[in-house]
Amino acid sequence: MGFKALGLETYPAACAQEASHILRTLTREHDDYAIIYIEENLAAEMSHEIDRFKDSPTPAIILIPGREGSLGLGQNALRSAVERAVGTNILGD
Amino acid sequence: MANTAITPTRMVLNQLKGRLKTARRGHKLLKDKRDELMRQFMDVVRRNKELRTKVEEGLTAAFASQQVASAIMSPEMLEQALLYPRQSVELEMSFKNIMSVNVPRYRFQTKNNDPTEIYPYGFAQTSGELDDALEKLDLVFRDMLELAEVEKTMQLLAEEIEKTRRRVNALEYVMIPELEGNIKYISMKLEENENATKVRLLKVKEMVLQDAHHYKQ
Repeated sequence: MGFKALGLETYPAACAQEASHILRTLTREHDDYAIIYIEENLAAEMSHEIDRFKDSPTPAIILIPGREGSLGLGQNALRSAVERAVGTNILGD
Repeated sequence: MANTAITPTRMVLNQLKGRLKTARRGHKLLKDKRDELMRQFMDVVRRNKELRTKVEEGLTAAFASQQVASAIMSPEMLEQALLYPRQSVELEMSFKNIMSVNVPRYRFQTKNNDPTEIYPYGFAQTSGELDDALEKLDLVFRDMLELAEVEKTMQLLAEEIEKTRRRVNALEYVMIPELEGNIKYISMKLEENENATKVRLLKVKEMVLQDAHHYKQ
């Protein structure tokens, strides 16, 4: 809610289904969004929707921790990218 | 390894030699590309890790402040205060080329440059905790933007590295050995043919000599 005051556009979603629906409309109908931030607790259940955009330059879908604090999904994305590139996890965590 | 479908002629041999040369050069280039991509990637990963931690901490703090604000103010008041933003953000995106991977760069511009403009409400009816929450959010937002850039860069680089690595391996372990095997096969076959011709000539010479002079070795 606070992000709205910063001038970002916010789309509230109560569940992952709603969120993926919003994500689809945002990415399909108007492609002028460069970055989409999604709360981790919503993103956890729609990872395949998010993975679709991994290899395209736009939009960047970034997971942010929700009200409950970090779930570690964002760190996971980092780890999986490293694993993908190097073939093994070399970060040591 | 040698493919039996190839015809053992000099022309094919020359073609294969040319292809082997190209494959070797391609392999070297791709290997260099992979190494450089990897170096860049590790930088990006390190930066990403840093930012991720920073953003997560910042957001948690901001949400905590917001929680406090919502405890003090009534939900209606809070909603009303944040309902209509005074600030708006314009995001400009350009692309930067890292080793032929186009990665996005973001530059954002806020409509109002005055830092106090993030508060879309009057101060009379809102609590100070809300100001606090918004200020924290505003600070963390800059990092979030960079995080988006870095994270996307990381994903795109990871994809490219994976592709390049596959190509390098395909060249190194499949293409080049196969070409080498074929070349060996052809040159051996050619040598064999040559030997056969030589032996045949010797034999013919012997026969001719015998015919002409009734000469026997």
